[in-house]
Amino acid sequence: MNEKPVKLIDKKGVRLDGRKAVDLRPIKLQVGVLSNADGSAYIEHGKNKILAAAFGPREMHPKHLALADRMVLRCRYHMAPFSVQERKSPAPSRREVELSKVIRESLEPALFLELYPRTGVDVFVEVLQADGGTRCASITAAALAIADAGVPMRDLVVACAAGKVDDTIVLDLHDEEDKLGAADVPVAYMPSLDAITLLQMDGILTPVEFQKAVDMAMCGCKKIYEMQKEALKTKYMVVRDIKEKDEVEE
Amino acid sequence: MPTYFEKKQLVTPGELLAEGDYLPGENTYVEENKIYAQRIGLVDADNKRINMVALRAFYVPKVGDTVIGTITEVGFNGWTVDIKSPYNAMLRASDVLSRPFKPQNDELSTVLNTGDLIVAKIVSYDRAHDPQLTVGEPGLGKITRGQILNVMPTKIPRVIGRNGSMISMIKQETNCQIILGLNGMVLVTGKTVEDEERAINVIKKIEQESHISGLTDRITQLLKENKVNVEEP
Amino acid sequence: MSSLITKVRLKQISQCIESGKRLDERGLHDYRQIKIEQGVIEKAEGSARIYLGKTEVLVGVKVETGEPFPDTPNEGVQTVNAELVPLASPNFEPGPPDENSIELARIVDRGIRESHAIDTEKLCIEAGKKVFVVFVDVYVLNYDGNLIDASALAAMAALMNTKMPNYEVKDGELKTKQGFIKLPMKSHPITVTIGKINNQLIIDPQLEEEQVMDSRISIAVNEKGNICAVQKGGSGYFTPQQILEASKLAQGKAAELRKKLDW
Repeated sequence: MNEKPVKLIDKKGVRLDGRKAVDLRPIKLQVGVLSNADGSAYIEHGKNKILAAAFGPREMHPKHLALADRMVLRCRYHMAPFSVQERKSPAPSRREVELSKVIRESLEPALFLELYPRTGVDVFVEVLQADGGTRCASITAAALAIADAGVPMRDLVVACAAGKVDDTIVLDLHDEEDKLGAADVPVAYMPSLDAITLLQMDGILTPVEFQKAVDMAMCGCKKIYEMQKEALKTKYMVVRDIKEKDEVEE
Repeated sequence: MPTYFEKKQLVTPGELLAEGDYLPGENTYVEENKIYAQRIGLVDADNKRINMVALRAFYVPKVGDTVIGTITEVGFNGWTVDIKSPYNAMLRASDVLSRPFKPQNDELSTVLNTGDLIVAKIVSYDRAHDPQLTVGEPGLGKITRGQILNVMPTKIPRVIGRNGSMISMIKQETNCQIILGLNGMVLVTGKTVEDEERAINVIKKIEQESHISGLTDRITQLLKENKVNVEEP
Repeated sequence: MSSLITKVRLKQISQCIESGKRLDERGLHDYRQIKIEQGVIEKAEGSARIYLGKTEVLVGVKVETGEPFPDTPNEGVQTVNAELVPLASPNFEPGPPDENSIELARIVDRGIRESHAIDTEKLCIEAGKKVFVVFVDVYVLNYDGNLIDASALAAMAALMNTKMPNYEVKDGELKTKQGFIKLPMKSHPITVTIGKINNQLIIDPQLEEEQVMDSRISIAVNEKGNICAVQKGGSGYFTPQQILEASKLAQGKAAELRKKLDW
């Protein structure tokens, strides 16, 4: 079915963007990028550029959505009209509605929902530029935004996809591989607790390939997790390093 | 029974802090006998208890706390007050009027209107009910002058300092009156705007640098420097 | 979806599962009774009604002509829509599709699409201009849990039941001929949903179990035993080990159902 003229991996096992099968795209993470949000984060994952903001816990609006025994997490995943080749209508598509739901469900296991009954946390994700794997990058950024808002968490949630391209299982598919490849398996993961909080797949994989893809995606997650922790700490380390250097010089 | 951190180490949510015979302190949680961090913050062990000072957190109401809040709504028999917490606080009309409240006679907005600031104390709060405030004690009530500053609520103890040493030093050196709302709102009132600005700058610096050692020395120095600067011209 | 469940009942469900049984006496890995009726709506090109225990889903297929997508000019189009009709549950409300019905439709769609169940290349009338569009409408009539498996099964049954007018193409024009032809199909995926309650994996969760379960995972399996779509749902998580178990369970169950249904 997927015999497209384009070869996505050459004979040496190098992909179109020069990566090997198990390589991640370059990732840049920044925390606390929006002053109005309680917490925020920005991610560049390959050519993906995504902003996430968290508000709350705060009173739920409308009020009837509040739950007496737990906090409510709401997520909105949204793509900017200019984020893709052909302009996307700003009205939420069915895909965006589904992704908002699965992103929310990937973050919920990380929260202590029972701690703050009757309140809500809102997470807004804006995809400014999309290049394959936006849901994963969105989760990685959203988890940072929630942590930055000071909402207690079991662990950071980090996400990464693996998939099958030209009969090879590869990590972190970019746009073309996603569209022309044989399968895509996005995984969200809480590394400290060894818990998978999002798992989707489309395409066809044998059970063995599927397992391999999940394992590979988890490995990718662990690498990004380190960057996530670093990004969160950096905000405070910067001040600290400068100060401590000053003190040494004195 | 190992621990996995150094004193005052900066950790992120989910980081494993200790295993075995330890107690989870603030901003930590236990799962299967392991203690993890819940927030970004600095860890410390106090005997068997693993504690964390969060660098990012919000205010959760506690009975007896003094807070500063903004009136956001004038209701039928009281006011809704934003106290920078997940829950809005309520202030009852009867608490303010100190006489039986008659809805037909009393126009509440003439007493306190939206946008007014108050210093208040939390008298009740639980999971099922929003916090109730009182202003019926000395030092509480409507704020009429001064400047408001918002600080991460977890930093308020650092602004107070050991036995209140930090806050009394700031008050003394800047000639300002300072009321610290435990919800992170701080009221600074001085004789001049310049005095107030100085106090605010000092408190901001504490907020930013409280996780770096040698804070008291730096603040003392800053207060002295500023004083010189002000007196020179 | 939060219809209130009493604490006592909750405990009962957990205890039941702990002891390896379900409320309705079936085993942890058993489906409820499945009954499928095909061709129940004469006006539709294809239709099927499924009874999965007390869960009831009706799927109608309409075939019309339309334009192909620009990136697949010589393939027919498949669209799946799902309606959680208010008569199916006191908690379903009329109005535009909410996230639950959209997710349901997209899971059913993915199972059919990714397994290449419909031979879309045979649905091309004139490349780039005119193709057949297959509308699959999932109608939930009674909600007692596991809408995903019920809807996916009913959708496949309805597609297999679909007859479209026999036609020929003359100068780019569509001419209908005598008789009917079957909708060209290439694969018959089966979706198996596994729920997690107290770290136990159960198959085909019914409504009350759905209300207490941590999370679920739906896995579509084709006749070769390969996996062609996966979706985790719910606000809990799975360990990697549980994912492995679930995928094995799904393969076994799909094969068993396939045999029973003779697909």
